[in-house]
Amino acid sequence: MQSSSQNPTSLWQTLFGHPVRAFGVVSLLLLISLAIAPAKNYFSEWRHYQKQYLALVRTRGDAVTLQRHFHAGIQQIWLPQLGVVDRCTTCHVGLKEASLSDVSTQPFRTHPVIPHTSDQFGCAMCHRGQGPATTVEEAHSSTLAWEQPILPARYVQSSCGQCHRAALIGTPQLNSGRNLLSRYGCVHCHTIKLADGTAIKPTDDPPSLEHIADKTTREWIYAWLKDPQAYAVTATMPNFKLSDPDARDISAFLIANSTPVAGDTAPVNNDKKAPDPTAGASLYGESFCASCHAVQNAAGNVVGGDVGPELTRIGTKAKPEWLQAWVRNPRVYDPGTAMPHYRFTDQQVSLLTGYLGNKTDSDLLANVHLDAATPEQIAHGKLLVTENGCASCHAISGIKKPDNFAPELTRIGSKPLTQVIFLPGMQHSLPDYISAKIRQPRAFGAALKMPQYTFAPAQIDALTTALLAFTDRAHDLPLALTVPAQPPSNYQPAGKAGQLMSDLACFSCHAINGRGGDMAPDLTWEGSSVQRSWLQAFLKNPGTLRPALIRRMPRFNLSDSDITELTDYIMTVYQTPAFDRDSMPSSGYPPAQIEQGRQLFYSKYACQSCHIVDTKVDKGYIGPTLTQVGSRLNAAWIYHWLKDPQTLRPGTIEPNRNMNDEDARALTAFLTTLKQEARK
Amino acid sequence: MKTRAMLIVLLGLTLFGCSRKGTPLLVTNFGTALVESSGGKQIGATGMVLAQPVVVQVNDDQGTAVVGAPVTFSGPAGVSFEPAIGTTDTSGQFTTNVRLGGMAGRYQLTARTLTKARKPVELKIEEIALGYQQQVGFRLDDKYCSRCHNPESTAERVSNYDNLEVKPHPFTEGDTLNKMSDADLTAIISHGGPALNKSALMPPYGYSLSKSDVDALIAYIRLISDPPYRASGIVYAQR
Repeated sequence: MQSSSQNPTSLWQTLFGHPVRAFGVVSLLLLISLAIAPAKNYFSEWRHYQKQYLALVRTRGDAVTLQRHFHAGIQQIWLPQLGVVDRCTTCHVGLKEASLSDVSTQPFRTHPVIPHTSDQFGCAMCHRGQGPATTVEEAHSSTLAWEQPILPARYVQSSCGQCHRAALIGTPQLNSGRNLLSRYGCVHCHTIKLADGTAIKPTDDPPSLEHIADKTTREWIYAWLKDPQAYAVTATMPNFKLSDPDARDISAFLIANSTPVAGDTAPVNNDKKAPDPTAGASLYGESFCASCHAVQNAAGNVVGGDVGPELTRIGTKAKPEWLQAWVRNPRVYDPGTAMPHYRFTDQQVSLLTGYLGNKTDSDLLANVHLDAATPEQIAHGKLLVTENGCASCHAISGIKKPDNFAPELTRIGSKPLTQVIFLPGMQHSLPDYISAKIRQPRAFGAALKMPQYTFAPAQIDALTTALLAFTDRAHDLPLALTVPAQPPSNYQPAGKAGQLMSDLACFSCHAINGRGGDMAPDLTWEGSSVQRSWLQAFLKNPGTLRPALIRRMPRFNLSDSDITELTDYIMTVYQTPAFDRDSMPSSGYPPAQIEQGRQLFYSKYACQSCHIVDTKVDKGYIGPTLTQVGSRLNAAWIYHWLKDPQTLRPGTIEPNRNMNDEDARALTAFLTTLKQEARK
Repeated sequence: MKTRAMLIVLLGLTLFGCSRKGTPLLVTNFGTALVESSGGKQIGATGMVLAQPVVVQVNDDQGTAVVGAPVTFSGPAGVSFEPAIGTTDTSGQFTTNVRLGGMAGRYQLTARTLTKARKPVELKIEEIALGYQQQVGFRLDDKYCSRCHNPESTAERVSNYDNLEVKPHPFTEGDTLNKMSDADLTAIISHGGPALNKSALMPPYGYSLSKSDVDALIAYIRLISDPPYRASGIVYAQR
């Protein structure tokens, strides 16, 4: 009996000991477990950093101020309308303390000066990472629950691009990356749509291959396909790493597929009695070909503009007959070309053709020997052209431009890492993936179609930055928070003058109403600015207004009727609504006012630092020469320009002097007296 | 101290040499001096690769270049080199691409080589990293100021410096510009030379540039000045 009643007691006791002691142990365990949370909190990372910060500022001169700014505990920036919950300032305590600018240890650095504050946008919007996290690991790295790690500093400009669609002065890398996307034609194959639904447009204008046999030989095409940069170091065409037979077959197909253009095969006018062997070079210089075309000099430097293709070895590429036809009128072969129709005389055409034809490189085609193409080769070439997506960039007769040849990159900046296949040994982050893909696309698989580009490391960084800006946020942001870019303008002047301006490719250098290049002055208000007689003389024989410039307006050999047509159009249409062109007289100002203007010019406003009015005394090189400004500009334009140059031509470097009416009037009076001397 | 530095170099050499399979570092020669060939004093941007690589040359006692001598590069936190370690090429030079750190300022890089007696030889090279604000200043300087303030001409742009009767101060001229306070610089940029009784050839830009533009210009000028500008900072009486 006794033993049976003692048995359960002994089992209880063997398991838990004496009931009182067991109660004590359990209570203790409970107490300890209750203490875990506060202890974890007490020993947390952020408390450690806050203590370190207080120790750091204690020894500084402005310790009292810094301590007053400091708030203990978890700090949070909460911006519900942006979805921002950032606790970064819990550890990064000194972000706003300018006096800590000498502290280089993290997390106590001062934030560099930028146009925004963390109160406006939080931190993670620009830096990525996990905003609400309160440990270094979770905030900075990608974890199971959060795959977006901190963005390396070198790509941080991409975050500006989420809201700012236009180029910013402080984000050169982002701007350059965006230019490269268009300039290297990435967007021919990869569609990139902006938040407003428009797609980014390419700016590289790859040539049509419909008449390629007029222009060049099959051997050149073969060499070019094998290595475009061997022909021209500045070539934007990528290397498709084609095998010899594949390059052979593509060249065979392109030549066989080409149709001739009338005039391209006219025999070259070989002028044996060329007056001067340097005449061709002089004409090349006088026509300012180098404003758009570059040539590699003996030292290996590429000198010249990048609007047109590099011409270092043009003689090896272009057939003389085609070159002659092109120089005579490029619009016959390519109606949309950026090259102006120069209206050269026959002698000038043969001079330039001869000069360019001599720019050869015999090494380029030395080892290219192609047998006559077989029908099988041509058929295989056509297949290769389709497979490689050549028609994404080039017009090729009989082959349709493929839609979405490559993956769309509209939201590449938010691509989930689970969808990315990384190379072994690669860091698992989006920027690393994107830059590795640009650097060497076929490292990700020999069968991939993306060709090999020749980008410098800085260009790869820039492209990665631009691509990282295409995030989900960039698309989903409220429109009120975005800063849109100037919408692209497709302005086209009307009538006969409009046709002339297209023929002369004015928009390749000049901008009008938002369309055109930035090499030459904006002509939107040109009709208010200049005098009719000056414009006519300038179009006939463009002189230079700025002696220091190497890029100048070329002479187009325009006929008198063309000049009248253009002048009429410019003087009538390109007028500013801001003032009346004829509201001020062009002469007849009182001598006292003229003299006052002269003194203001030289003393108070010291205009001679940049402008020349008297070639004997003045040397200023920056602004246009004003020796004949009274014959060139309208008085009303001069007056309003002096008052507020940036309104008339945004972005001009002429400083606004906040000039009063009297001074502006006197200076106008003085400048209008500087007239062109009558020809004796 | 010297032995320690040498040990670090040697350790670095061995560790790096081992970690890269197939390309062990082949030190065949030793020089006695390290000189800079090019790439010093560049102005780059934070976190970015410098436009030009840094090239150093190892010379022997006679001043002739040494082929196959070891060179290592090191720098402050955040700076990376590609490659950081190697041997001099056939012309006795070692070339590395430098990526600067995330903080704007001056970066002192150190190149090291070893002599035959395993004594380290050091060379200091300085580079400048522009932050956001200085970057804006750099662009503004390029557009508005450098045409007169920079005496160097390029093919694309002829300097106006020589044409001016009163010569402007190049922005690197620390001896003069460091003596001027931020307020002085703001005044002269915004209101022109006459604001500080200086030449009227310097026009006012206060009506064309914003306050933050002017601040950005000053931040840039301060960063590139030579000798370096030291801000006086906040001075409070110590207790």
